Amino acid sequence: MTGPLHWILQVGAITKFGLLSIPQRRGAVTATVIGVAGVVAVLVGVLSIAAGFQKVMAVSGSPDSAIVLRSGADSEMVSGFGRDQTRVIGDAPGVARNDRGPLSSAELFVIINLPKRATGLDANVPLRGIESAAWQVRDDMQIVQGRMFEWGKDEVIVGSGAAREFAGLNVGSKIKVGRYEWPVVGVFSAKGGVPESEIWSDAKVLQAAYNRGDSFQSVRVRLNSPGAFQEFKDSLTSNPQLNVKVIRQSDYYVEQSETLTRLIATLGFLIAFLMAIGAVFSALNTMYSAVAARTREIATLRALGFGSGAVVVSLLIEALLLAVVGGVIGGSLAYLAFNNLHTSTMNFQSFSQVAFAFQVTPRLLVRGVVWAAVIGLIGGLFPAIRAARLPVALALREL
Amino acid sequence: MNESGTDNGALVHVDGVGKVFHRGSEDIHVLTDLHLQVPAGEFLALMGPSGSGKTTLLNLIGGLDRPTEGSVTIAGESVHQLSDRRLAGWRARHIGFVFQLYNLMPTLTTERNVELPLLLTHLSKSERKKHVAAALAMVGLSHRAGHYPRTLSGGEQQRAGIARGIVTDPTLLLCDEPTGDLDRKAGDEILKLLHALNREHGKTIIMVTHDPHAPARAARTVYLNKGQLSSEPLA
Repeated sequence: MTGPLHWILQVGAITKFGLLSIPQRRGAVTATVIGVAGVVAVLVGVLSIAAGFQKVMAVSGSPDSAIVLRSGADSEMVSGFGRDQTRVIGDAPGVARNDRGPLSSAELFVIINLPKRATGLDANVPLRGIESAAWQVRDDMQIVQGRMFEWGKDEVIVGSGAAREFAGLNVGSKIKVGRYEWPVVGVFSAKGGVPESEIWSDAKVLQAAYNRGDSFQSVRVRLNSPGAFQEFKDSLTSNPQLNVKVIRQSDYYVEQSETLTRLIATLGFLIAFLMAIGAVFSALNTMYSAVAARTREIATLRALGFGSGAVVVSLLIEALLLAVVGGVIGGSLAYLAFNNLHTSTMNFQSFSQVAFAFQVTPRLLVRGVVWAAVIGLIGGLFPAIRAARLPVALALREL
Repeated sequence: MNESGTDNGALVHVDGVGKVFHRGSEDIHVLTDLHLQVPAGEFLALMGPSGSGKTTLLNLIGGLDRPTEGSVTIAGESVHQLSDRRLAGWRARHIGFVFQLYNLMPTLTTERNVELPLLLTHLSKSERKKHVAAALAMVGLSHRAGHYPRTLSGGEQQRAGIARGIVTDPTLLLCDEPTGDLDRKAGDEILKLLHALNREHGKTIIMVTHDPHAPARAARTVYLNKGQLSSEPLA
């Protein structure tokens, strides 16, 4: 018989027998489904850390804002400017202005130790000194609890992520800054971005507390438009008074997240790969037992005229379906267990903590199911070939 | 030597067939220079002691195995020369099998089991349904169409197996010990049914059997012993 439609009909019929016989093999089938679900849950769970971290970084910078660091600096930690230089930067062409002047914020960046709520262990928390334009050079900043600090006063406001992750950051409590204790007067949000992991104070007050004179570590500016970036950059890099590195804020945060996301992704894939090897053997066992249990059935079908190709494909489909079911279960478990789970981790570029939430994205779930499908196909291939090569006359006599 | 009819218009031609199985370094000659012709419309019983090669011969005629030497020609088609893929298609069109242990799919109802060979044809669903109903009626099993094999008696399961074998109206019905797993009464009913299929519907049937009642139902009986055919049983 010929024709793709009838071949598909053959495949469908044999697949149906296989699926209907699953209750007779439920032990092996369950082991395979659980094995694949475990692989996918771990893969998706680990990668959701990277996705969550990347999301925080991605929402932290818009293309019409830029950060200026000293040339050669990878992060604010190793950058530095004097007041004169920050003024030149603020006055550069391309920088947006309002009635109070350029939208430019020269900022100071120090690290203080605070205990994590989850572990009680000290962690590095960024404390940023800002100027008033800091609110305009970032997106969607707002006070969600308490009030803004008063300029010139020893007060801080804290990001909502920091308030959630670290102890002693409630409104009304005090934090140790150098030799002083400063009150927390408010909590702010930043659309889930990096600033939410920080503590902010007046840059001038912070300079005094840390004996920094009138120095800063970075300047952030709002540009007239995303297209104004090149003009802004060219004017600064060609200015002999300056020796600077100019980056869009969006690119800066992508760079900042690269090391950690690469590390997490590599670890995630390594763990999942090792687990996947185990799951492939489980799938092999299940499908070999399926072929063994159905030897006479398969031989009967072959005797009746069903083709060996249809047998191979139908067994592969069965293995694929079992694995995909495992994948969907694993992905669902990862979603239920990890999605929006809040935590914080070290950003290796700034050596400070970034608060974020695990993100089990649709893309990760699809990736998990693709892994499951590959496990199923590898696990089903050899048993399927074995079934297709069964000597029919001999297999018909199997009991 | 050999046994056979001599009719050159025969449906089945087995010419000089030999079959050797290899077990390690040992060669086991199951069939040697065997000749057999079966005219269309004949009901042939193939008997002989266990290990005499009856089922091997049936498998060669049915295209489930290939001869080591000689040729098998069915309705003008040189079966032994077909590729595996073409052989599967040829079996679907020309051969109906009936097995000793019925070989029904336990997860399918009787009518779905009978429908299986029709999935390899171009018939529509409604046409398949008609053919299944006709086959079940022919074996007297219409009332059990929706039942699963485990709920049927041995005799009923074999009737279902026969219905599956004839549902495509094959050129040749090959039965391998169809009464071998049945009690006397059920076995007789199956023989009677096969006899009726041959006499009333003109089916060409080759039946491998140990059943001593088979010769009474078959039009012709041949005996196989040590790879050779004869028209008389061994003394």
